[in-house]
Order: sequence, then structure tokens, then C-alpha cells
Amino acid sequence: MSRGFRLPAGGLVDRSQPRAFTFDGRAYNGFGGDTLASALLASGVRLFGRSFKYHRRRGLLTAGPEEPNALVELRCGARREPNTRATTIELFDGLEACSQNRWPSLRFDLLSVNSLFGSLFAAGFYYKTFMWPGALWELLYEPFIRRAAGLGRIADGADPDRYERAHAFCDLLVIGGGPAGIAAALVAARTKARVILCDEDFALGGRLLSERLEIDGMPAAQWAAAASAELASASNLTFLARTQGVGSYDGGVYGALERVADHVAQPRRGQCRQRLWRITARRTIYAGGAIERQLVFGGNDRPGVMMAAGVRTYVNRFGVAPGRNVAVFTTTDDGWKTAADLAQAGIAVAAVIDARKDVDPVVQVLAGRAPIYRGAQVADVRGAGSVTGVDVIHEGRRFAMPADVLAVSGGWSPQLGPLTHRGHRPQWRDDLASFVAPSTGPDVLVAGAAAGSFGLADCLREGAQMSVRALADLGFATAAPAAWSTSDESCGLRPLWRVQAARTKAFVDLQHDVTDRDIELSVSEGFRSSEHLKRYTTLGMGTDQGKSSQLNALASLAQLTGRTIAEIGTPMARPPHQPLAIGALAGRRVGARYRPCRRTAGHDWAVSKGATFVDVGLWRRPQMFPRPGERDWQETVSREVRAVRTDVGVCDVSMLGKIDVQGRDAVVFLDRVYANSVATLPVGRSRYGVMLREDGIVFDDGTIARLADERFLLSTTSANGERVMQHLEFCAEVHWPELDVQLTPVTEQWSQYAIAGPRSRELLARVLGPAVDVSDAVMPRMCARELTFEDAPARLMRISFSGERAFELAVPASRGKELLRRLFAIGADLGATPYGSEALSVLRIEKGFLGGAELNGQTTLSDLGLAALMSKEKDFIGRVMAQRPALADSSRPQLAGFRALEPHRPLSAGAHFLPVGARPASERAEGYMTSVAWSPDLGSWIGLGLIRHGRARWGEVVRAWDGLRGTDLRVQICSPVFIDPEGARARG
Amino acid sequence: MNPEMLIHCPYCGVRNRLEFTVRGELRPSRPCAGAPDAARQFEAFVYDRENVAGSTREYWHHSAGCRSWLVVTRDTLTHDVTAVALAGETP
Repeated sequence: MSRGFRLPAGGLVDRSQPRAFTFDGRAYNGFGGDTLASALLASGVRLFGRSFKYHRRRGLLTAGPEEPNALVELRCGARREPNTRATTIELFDGLEACSQNRWPSLRFDLLSVNSLFGSLFAAGFYYKTFMWPGALWELLYEPFIRRAAGLGRIADGADPDRYERAHAFCDLLVIGGGPAGIAAALVAARTKARVILCDEDFALGGRLLSERLEIDGMPAAQWAAAASAELASASNLTFLARTQGVGSYDGGVYGALERVADHVAQPRRGQCRQRLWRITARRTIYAGGAIERQLVFGGNDRPGVMMAAGVRTYVNRFGVAPGRNVAVFTTTDDGWKTAADLAQAGIAVAAVIDARKDVDPVVQVLAGRAPIYRGAQVADVRGAGSVTGVDVIHEGRRFAMPADVLAVSGGWSPQLGPLTHRGHRPQWRDDLASFVAPSTGPDVLVAGAAAGSFGLADCLREGAQMSVRALADLGFATAAPAAWSTSDESCGLRPLWRVQAARTKAFVDLQHDVTDRDIELSVSEGFRSSEHLKRYTTLGMGTDQGKSSQLNALASLAQLTGRTIAEIGTPMARPPHQPLAIGALAGRRVGARYRPCRRTAGHDWAVSKGATFVDVGLWRRPQMFPRPGERDWQETVSREVRAVRTDVGVCDVSMLGKIDVQGRDAVVFLDRVYANSVATLPVGRSRYGVMLREDGIVFDDGTIARLADERFLLSTTSANGERVMQHLEFCAEVHWPELDVQLTPVTEQWSQYAIAGPRSRELLARVLGPAVDVSDAVMPRMCARELTFEDAPARLMRISFSGERAFELAVPASRGKELLRRLFAIGADLGATPYGSEALSVLRIEKGFLGGAELNGQTTLSDLGLAALMSKEKDFIGRVMAQRPALADSSRPQLAGFRALEPHRPLSAGAHFLPVGARPASERAEGYMTSVAWSPDLGSWIGLGLIRHGRARWGEVVRAWDGLRGTDLRVQICSPVFIDPEGARARG
Repeated sequence: MNPEMLIHCPYCGVRNRLEFTVRGELRPSRPCAGAPDAARQFEAFVYDRENVAGSTREYWHHSAGCRSWLVVTRDTLTHDVTAVALAGETP
């Protein structure tokens, strides 16, 4: 039985190359050149999976990438890939595949009872059924839906394979390796143009491999092989096999996925599994072919119902008999070709049932001796598991006919996918009853079936002509295209959108289990647009994106709403055209390569001291320096904080943005970009500075140091360095190009270290030596000096972000690591301690200094208690807009400090402030906590936050309620400066 | 047709658009803070946009190149770039 469906001869499979594989754990055999689908079909397998909602049995519908049913999990463990189409998987030795969406097994699926509750799963059922109560979502609905309706499972572990991105440029890109694509490529290969041809199949030829056609007197497949050899030898042409176009973008850019090693068990060493190409083409010929349409009749999803062209492919290309007794249901001449091919292969044809009354007698001959029913329809399919017969309606009579396969031909839908990604809408053609590819401008030409030319001769001629036209346009000389002689083909059709007499479920979208009744229901509920229909019924939203179902749905919608299909139009198509693995999109940008990492010069030193790190923007910043024996991070951070408050700590602040500003108009310029005054800053001093956005909201803060009359050094926050630079460049070049000012980012040129604590001056004096006087008289607070240190330039500023006496010493980045080592070697007896960003944060919160959580893009200077800082003497960016009454309103949340009433219970940033005793509700929220810290000095959790009228409410008790973390704590509003409010320590 | 979206930077020559960062459409020059209706003028300056379907002038920053701010004339329907100038030299 299991070998009985391989034809004794014929096909393009290599019978000398056996391939062993397993499906659901059972061993099978196939041949080289098989797909998983053809090999299983040859082994008598009919059942491939269970359907999405109803868990109905599903078999193979097609032989191509449009397959909606036969989705399998390929490979196992970390390499497991769900939802792969059995029809596109090239068979390899050792292949493992599993059916999916069945529980517990494919043959016996408990959830097929879903079918009995069909009404429950009708259109829009998610929206209607699972509305209320909301609390049941997480507990009940979601797990149920996930189990009941779903596709495959993702892999068990991290993907062990490598993916690549590649860029390519060409004069002519040919998408599609069928007759039109080959003809176009042959013409182009004989010129000097740079050409790329991509085709998703593993063998070039498209339909030529599946049909009994002739070109120049030889079988079409043989002609395709010869063409393939010629193209392979052309030095100006790159042939990308196993490569599917996934998207088209502006400027002639295309995305294409090459399956480099999907056809082997695992990639060779160093080989990637898939490669995502970004191809830039001057001209493109799109020859993506067409997809045969399903007809909508009862039970049209039963295993054994197959597309007529797919049947021909299995017979002619793979040498497989889809069944023993095949009935053909057609509205096109194509269906008759299937009957002829079956008969030629010795397979019985039960009947040809054509919905058309008038069929060309020449076409009728193709049925051979099989019974013919014209003006007849198949209403329903018989058989519970798979097809055992069909119910035919002919001349008002309904009768049963035995058959084990029903081949269906409903006409052809040109493949438009990537062509419409740029917003072009396909055009309706009445004569073809189809949408065809739109004209998208002179750079993209469409040839062959995608353009609605279905006959072989037309495809070849059009492919060649388009190629000549595109190349001539680019100035490449082409020889007159060869005129290929071909066998005749008849392509007549009349559409049949729906079989009205169906008594059982008739599916429109097989993959998402959408029936004709679902469309009726959604129209009756008012969803008249194709986009609404799609979203309400989920039609066309499966992994096949409704490639075989869309037009039938649109036709039903047209008929139900009394419009034409052309009026309804197609829903918008977006990339990717075919399912795409996230890994392929990521390429090599995974793990450590996910994004660039900026390390300071002291990074390795910090690593050697056991530092943990945190990412701030692209910077990797030491977070803390745990010591052996410390219980938790809080103990580490508290030790570092105490070291700064009692002795001296050193912190790497190299990642702060640094911008060098010079020029005759530097002062004027800075006065216009900073809210505070810069003109009054003397040489050798620095000052805190705040920039606003033009809309009046605080943008960034930092220090301004005046190194000379016309020379300044700005610092920015670590995360905003690049943004501030771009902003300043915009101001200098766009707003005030007349100003003489030069801006240079120097962040990476300098290593800068904060040296903070009561003994910082002592440590600094030891490092700099007697030549540099660091006494209060020479180096008062906010002093900024350039000096020479170890024969290199250095900068010393006395600024404090901790509230302690503190300096920042900057040296060229190449000297940073050495300076760090010196500081700790020379300062060991002073208690010099490295501290990280966590301790830095505690220190600044204790002092009420602002951080990113307060400068969050929503706060104004007046919110932050800094309104006085705004200069009234000048214009500056944001000045006018900051005066808007609503922005200065005191009922806006204002910065305040918050002290936990139960000092040891941790506060949380993000907690909402509520009046004591009030029920938590958003309308009662008075603000929120921005930053919190355990203050070792105060022995309490403290926080900074924004609360309405905050400055007038010191002493008041409110609740800090955090619904996310489940905490509800009472806090007392206080000054945001918890320690040394007079600032004596920093001066001392 | 503009094969690939290329921008002709006055300093660097023809470069791929991936080197550039777009900011938004060209605005009239920044209003004067001393004007009697400064508040209204700034409101228009900060918030109003033409959002043209067709040819429009935009600020682009050659952020991975010479770091010049440019005024790029671009068709929002076709993405064709028809002119590029230094922002500082654009009236």
C-alpha cells in the first residue's frame, strides 16, 4: 500500500537517489527531486494536518508555495521550524517532519469537536464570545484559544544556525523562473548587462516542469534544463535558486530570501541557513506566475480535493498518482488537461465535470474516454476521512459518483504579491475574471501569467519582449529575441464563484477555516469593505495570506453587496510576500552583535575589579563593584555611597556627552541654545546648563565650561550625547548660519573620572603632584581648568553630582586606563573606592539632582523648580513656548522629595501618588514617583517624584500606590534635597 | 527614476539615503521672540506642517557622513529626490 502511488516511470525525480525520512515518527522513502509533499503522497499519505479552528482533517491542496493545508513542523529541537509548507520542502536524507495543530494525534484529534460547535467559531467569534468578563481572559479564554486554534510550535531553544544579509546591485532583476522569466533571462544573458534571476524552486522551469508541453520540438522540462545550463554559464548573470522575492520597496529595492541550506539536514560548517538579499535593480521584470483558484462547494477542504494543476504537477513532475480514480471539476480548459495527463499516466478518470455548457470541442477531446458532464457542478464531497465520492448536480439531477481524488480548476489568479507593496492596486480584467499586475512605472515590467498571459507561447514572447525593452531603455544592445515554437494551449474559462447547492461546509479560506457562511454573516453585520471583511473573519490572514482564497472571498462579497469585484478591490498587500523567519531578518545582528557596544577606556579595568555593567544608550557602564561576602546589590551600593560620603570614590563618567564649541560667536550661540545665561560665565569657570526644546519642555542638562573667551566645553547626559549634537548642528546651520561657531563632538576623545568625597582633594593632589595647586583658593567650586598632566593635555573641573567636594579629571582616552590604576594605587590608604552608576544614582537622589527619569520629555523647568534659571535677558530655544500658561501652571506635577514612613519598605519608581484613604483611580492620581533609592545616610527609602502643587505640600502624607508591583506605601512629601541642603560639603 | 534612494550631498557626492536622517519639512525661519504675536508665531512654527502629497522640501542630516544639514526636495509620492542644498545656504 505504502509504495503504491509512485508511477512506474516518468517524472523528474531521480529514482537512483533514495531519500529516507520520517513523518510523525514513521519512516518513509522518497527520491531526489521530491518534495516532502510528493514523497508522502507517493507513500499513500493523505492526511497532513488539522485545520486552524475546527480541527478538520486536511490533505494536500496544491503542489506549490500557495499551499494552505499541508503545514508541518520541520526538523526538531532547536532547529524546529513551524508552519513550513510540505509542498516547498525539498526532500533530503534524514528529514524529520511532524504534523501540527493536532492533539493528541493527527488521526484522533479531540478538538475536532470544535466542528460540532461551528456557530461558536463563526466570523468575529473572538470579538463576540470572549468579551466579558475581562478577568477570564488570562485564566480561561487565552489558553483555550491558544490550544484550540493555532499553528505550529516554535523551536525549543535558541536557533543554532547562522543567517546572513547580502546586498546586490544589477541592471536587470528577473523575478520568477517560469517560461516568461527564463525567456527574459536568456535575452539578457546574451548582453553585457548585469542580471540577477531569482526563482524559489530548486529546479528552474516553473510550470515547464509540470506540464506535458513542447518547446522547439523538445519536452518543456528538457528545454528548461538546457536554458538553465546556458544561464549558469553566463558570466553576467547570477542565478539565485531557492530564492523567493519577499518584498519590493522604493527606488528599485527588492527583498529576496535565499534558502541556502534548507534542503540539507544541517548547514555545513560556516554555511548559513538562509540569506536575505537586498537587491537594487535599475529595471525589474516580474514574472511571478499565477495561482490556480479553488472552487467553493461543500466539503472542498476534504483530503483528496486538490487543485487540478497540482494534480498535473504530481503526475508529470514527481511521477506520483494522487489517487486511483480521479474526478475533475472545472470551469476552465485547464481542468481538461488534467484529465488528459492522468489518462496518459494510466490513472482512471472518473469524469470531467465542467460548470460551463459550451466547451470547445477541441478541448473536450482531452477527456479521452472519461464521462463528460457539461453545465454540471460538484455540490458536495462524500467521505468522512478523505474523498470517497462526489455529489454531482447535472440537468437538475443530483447523483453520487465514486472517486478518491477530486481535481478542481477554478481559473488562475496572477501572483501580484511584491508588486503591490508600494501601494499600486491590481487591475481587474473581466476576460480573465482576475486581477492582474498593475503597471508600476517604467522600471518594473510584468510578463507572463502575472500579467494575465497564461499561454506558453505568450509567456515566452512577452518575457523576451520585456527584456528587450528594459535593456534597450538602459542602453544595452540586444539581439532579436529567438522565436520559440511551442505546443498549443487553450486557456478558456468562465468563473464560478460559489456552488449554491452545497449542503455541507464550503470553505473559502482553508487555512483560517473561513466558510462562505462566515462571509455572509460578516456582510450582514455591516462589514462591506474587503479590509473589514479580512479583519473580521481573519480571511487571508494565515501564513498563506489567502493566496488561493482571496478572489473567491471578494466575489462573494461583491455578490452579497451588489457590487462588482473591481469596485471592491483587493485588500492592501504588505511585505513579506511569503513567511519569513525572524532569524533571516536579524541576520548576524544577534546576541553580542545585536547593536554596537561602546566601552570606555576603563572597561577592562572595571571588569578586572568584578564590576557589573548596565547599558545606557549604546554605552556599557559600570553599575557597581561587588566585593566578596556582600549579601546583595544593596549592600554593595550602600558601601560605595558611604565611601563617597566619608572618604573618596572614583566613578567613570567618560560616557557623558562632550561637545567642544569654538568661534567668535560661541557665546551668542550658546546663549540662544541654553535657557540660562552663558555670557556672564567667566573664563575658567563652569556652570550648570539646561537646554529646552522649542516647545518649552526640558531637553537635556549638563555643564558648560568656559575654557577661553571663545571656547567652551559642554557636557550632556550619557543617553543624549548624539541627539544634543544633532540639535546644536541644526541650530548652527539652519537657524543661525550667520554665526561663527564650530561644533566638535569629543565624547570619545576624553576619559573623564569623577573624584568625589571629603578626601577627594587629597587624592587629586597626590595624583597631579606639587605642580598643580588644587587648593580652594585656586580651585574653588565650579572652577574649570586646562592643564598638562604627564606631558598630555588634561582638564580639571570642580563640579559635584554627589553633593560632596568633587572634581572631574579628564585625560586623553588613551591614558584613561592608566590614570584609573594610578588613582587607586595612590589612594588606597585614603579609602579610594570605585563606584558605579547605582551609587551615583543614590548620591544624586539624596541631593535632589535631576536624572533621566525627571528629564523625561514631559517636564518643564518650572515643574522641576528651576524656573529661576531661565534668563529673562535674552531669547533662547523654547523661551516663548515655555511661557504658555498651561506649562507654568502650579497644578502641574512639581518636583518634590518623598520619604517612606516605614523606612525599610522599598519604594518603587512609577508608583502613583494618591490621597490617603482614596480608592485607587486614575482621576485621583496626583503624580508619580520618578526615582527611588535606599539612602544609607538616612537609613530610609527615599524618592523623587512629581506631584501636584508639590512645592507647597512639604510635610503632607500621601500614598505611593503601585498597581503593577502590588505595593501601597505611605510617604511624606519633603524637600527634594535630603542631605546637606545648604551645600556646605561641596564647597568645603 | 532614482535607482535606490540616493541623495547628492553637496560635500560628499552621491550617497545612499541610509547615511542620512530625516527631520521633517522645511519651516520658515525661526520667529522673533520679541514680536507682538510671538506666541502665535511660535505655535505655528512648532506645530504646523503642510504634509504635502507631492514635491516637498525637507531637512535631512548627513549624520553618517559630513554631518551637514541639508534641504532635500523630495516627491512624497514617488520618493524622487530632485534637489539638494546645504541648509545654511537655503533662503
